Amino acid sequence: MENFTPLSASIGGLLIGSAAALLLWLNGRIAGISGIVSGAVEGHGTPRGWRWMFLGGLVVGALVALLAGEQPLAGVTGMSGPLVITAGLLVGFGTRLGSGCTSGHGVCGLARFSLRSLAATLTFMLAGAVTVFVVRHALGG
Amino acid sequence: MRQADLRLFAALAAGALFGIGLVVSQMTSPTKVLAFLDVAGAWDPSLALVMGAALLVTIPAFRVILGRERPVLDESFHLPVKQSLDPRLLTGAALFGIGWGLAGFCPGPAVAALGSGQADPWLFVFGLLVGGWVAGRIPSRG
Repeated sequence: MENFTPLSASIGGLLIGSAAALLLWLNGRIAGISGIVSGAVEGHGTPRGWRWMFLGGLVVGALVALLAGEQPLAGVTGMSGPLVITAGLLVGFGTRLGSGCTSGHGVCGLARFSLRSLAATLTFMLAGAVTVFVVRHALGG
Repeated sequence: MRQADLRLFAALAAGALFGIGLVVSQMTSPTKVLAFLDVAGAWDPSLALVMGAALLVTIPAFRVILGRERPVLDESFHLPVKQSLDPRLLTGAALFGIGWGLAGFCPGPAVAALGSGQADPWLFVFGLLVGGWVAGRIPSRG
């Protein structure tokens, strides 16, 4: 546990929660990133402008924070390109099929006490942990 | 200024705050995420605190906000309508978890890290868009 960073994790979480609350309070929208991305790109017959603005803010906010503080491993998986693309395909397919990701189900859905979000969050947490276990320990990766 | 324009600024501000939070919490570092998921190895529980702290805000805030008749800048709230658990939800969540465990990226941090100067977020988001597009072609029976 030498890499345990409870303070920065908690502060980051408070900021993420505040951002989700801000979007719901002002725009009445759920801050679910997978849904915002697919809605921005594909439309679904719903407004797209706010989605692009949110995603633009996401990139700019992160960039400013990265410039302000050292985080050398930001964005680095250490995996091969094909594996990263495969992971992206699975996450894109899965979050679309499952109507949400860590933010939509985990941060927003749980706050609304949604049974669907609770089931989804437990499922993707478990699947993620099992995957890491298989890759790192069972296969000895 | 028109309400529709104000909504764009509100979305930009919320997105920026979200992006700062992702970097501060180190969700944008896939190695940190994988260390959180590696419960059988050198487990780093930090990221549990990210979701915990976020919920510490959203649980009471959503309760108050959703008690309003409408959001500040729109006529009504836009909330998910589905209530029931179905195979699509659980299959999708499981596939998402597998992809998350492979590379350590979930959608928010991957998009946020597009400006990090690394190639991985771009490769991941490319896959994300293609995978989402394919899943969108599957007809839903509900």
